[in-house]
Amino acid sequence: MASVMQMARLMQGNEAVAEAAIAAGVNFYAGYPITPSTEIAEFMARKLPLTGGVFIQMEDEISSMAAIIGASLTGAKAITATSGPGFSLMQENIGYAVMAEVPCVIINVMRLGPSTGMPTAPGQGDVMQARWGTHGDHPVIALCPSSVTESYELTVRAVNLAERFRTPVILLLDEVVAHLRERIILPAQEDIKLINRVKPAGNDSSYLPYRPIDNGIPPMSDIGGGYRHNVTGLVHDERGIPSNDPGVAGALISRLMTKVADYTGEIYMSDGYLLEDAEIAVVAYGAVARSARRAVKEARQDQIAAGLWRPVSLWPFPGKEIEELSRRVRCIIVAEMNSGQMAGEVERHAGGRCPVVSLAKVNGELIAPGEIHRRIREVYTGA
Amino acid sequence: MTERVEICLSGSGGQGIILAGIILADAVIREGKSVVQSQSYGPEARGGASRAEVIIGGDELDYPKINSPDILLAMSQEASDKYLKRLRQGGMGILDSTYVGLPSESGVKVFHLPISSMAITRLGREMMANMVALGALVRITGIVGRESIEEAVRARVPLGSLDMNLSALDMGRELAIKFSSQ
Repeated sequence: MASVMQMARLMQGNEAVAEAAIAAGVNFYAGYPITPSTEIAEFMARKLPLTGGVFIQMEDEISSMAAIIGASLTGAKAITATSGPGFSLMQENIGYAVMAEVPCVIINVMRLGPSTGMPTAPGQGDVMQARWGTHGDHPVIALCPSSVTESYELTVRAVNLAERFRTPVILLLDEVVAHLRERIILPAQEDIKLINRVKPAGNDSSYLPYRPIDNGIPPMSDIGGGYRHNVTGLVHDERGIPSNDPGVAGALISRLMTKVADYTGEIYMSDGYLLEDAEIAVVAYGAVARSARRAVKEARQDQIAAGLWRPVSLWPFPGKEIEELSRRVRCIIVAEMNSGQMAGEVERHAGGRCPVVSLAKVNGELIAPGEIHRRIREVYTGA
Repeated sequence: MTERVEICLSGSGGQGIILAGIILADAVIREGKSVVQSQSYGPEARGGASRAEVIIGGDELDYPKINSPDILLAMSQEASDKYLKRLRQGGMGILDSTYVGLPSESGVKVFHLPISSMAITRLGREMMANMVALGALVRITGIVGRESIEEAVRARVPLGSLDMNLSALDMGRELAIKFSSQ
């Protein structure tokens, strides 16, 4: 079996996400199919029942999100997949999952928006929606792959992080990566490290559903698992009972933030290419990072010291690395398929130490290497 | 790392262009090489332009789309008009003469083959034109071996039409051999 699994295969990004979800222990999927994420639902509908899991096609994305929250509360590892319009509908319940501390994973395959936009065309316009789409202060973990293999790896990681931090985790693919087919060698099941939520010890009469243990995260009792408790989107005390007490509210919101913020070292992921001696750094993520990699290579042929920095965890954003980069490069170019959403974040962390140039494209086309190369040259000669 | 080879398969929606691209990429994997396959299509299932891209070898995490193809398959006039001029100097263009007129392009090697008409007259199924094209393309370019492409077809087409797909692949190969000997 293991040798079969480890053969090189041709696989689509969406398919890799679905394969990885099952390998990560996901046993519940609820969703409403939407281009360009539909293959994930199709794959889960075929495969999940064979592994004893449950697939439900819901009436819309609001209920899809509600269903995975409900399933997760009973102990399931639950995911959903969607694209921009559906992601918008999920926002209210994503906030509920944050507040009630329900582990779950939302896969958003980004297409050009706003609204129904261009269903088959790529975009990266949901970067800030992933961060701030649901109201109120809340932590967000969002990961962004650039290849089919990375789509697999980050899906496993997303499921693990959700379990680890009891919070929703967002996987942001763009249409290019989701529909790309590439060579992938799947890891053997026994080589995949799984994290499971911490559960309370049985018969613990002092158990309170929202009392954190040492890492700020409360052990989670399955509904029907022996402990009776309340789950609410309202501010609640350690018993899960709604409260209007400012002390309770302040402590809860702070804990929701710090339970992730205190462990960003575990979450941050980024990748550098030819950065060591770079004078011009290109920042790009998702499929655009691949265009940028080519552009950097071409710029090097013109004797321009360019390098690529690719954030893999978009949220929390590894801003310290930008801070460090801004001290030693002449300029940072941020290339993305939106009108500069991450450029603003990069600028904030660069803190005026070097100029940050936005290369934004919002016409439903992947930014080509030539466009980035040209900008590198302009910046290089103009600087 | 093998040298990067860019292949563009193009035509109209419904001609099986994307399936041909997936099968070709699958065959490449079977030979232990790296491959990236992507497609571009509109929201409609039939009609409209359809394009599949297959990139063999090259750097991992490289740009996943085609700059200027080394090999082009064009199964509609529109596709030929659009992509033939983008072929790399010395590249190869395989054109379906059923739908594409003989072009005047220079600097590229053109194979003008009756791909769709062969599928219609010999198999009674125009649907098989994509396999005829694939058979011809593999024979002309030698980018994958005969066994690999046949294995990929076996893995990717429905069992009920497997034999017909394999015959179509053979016909494409014969077409290429006949053309080369002319």
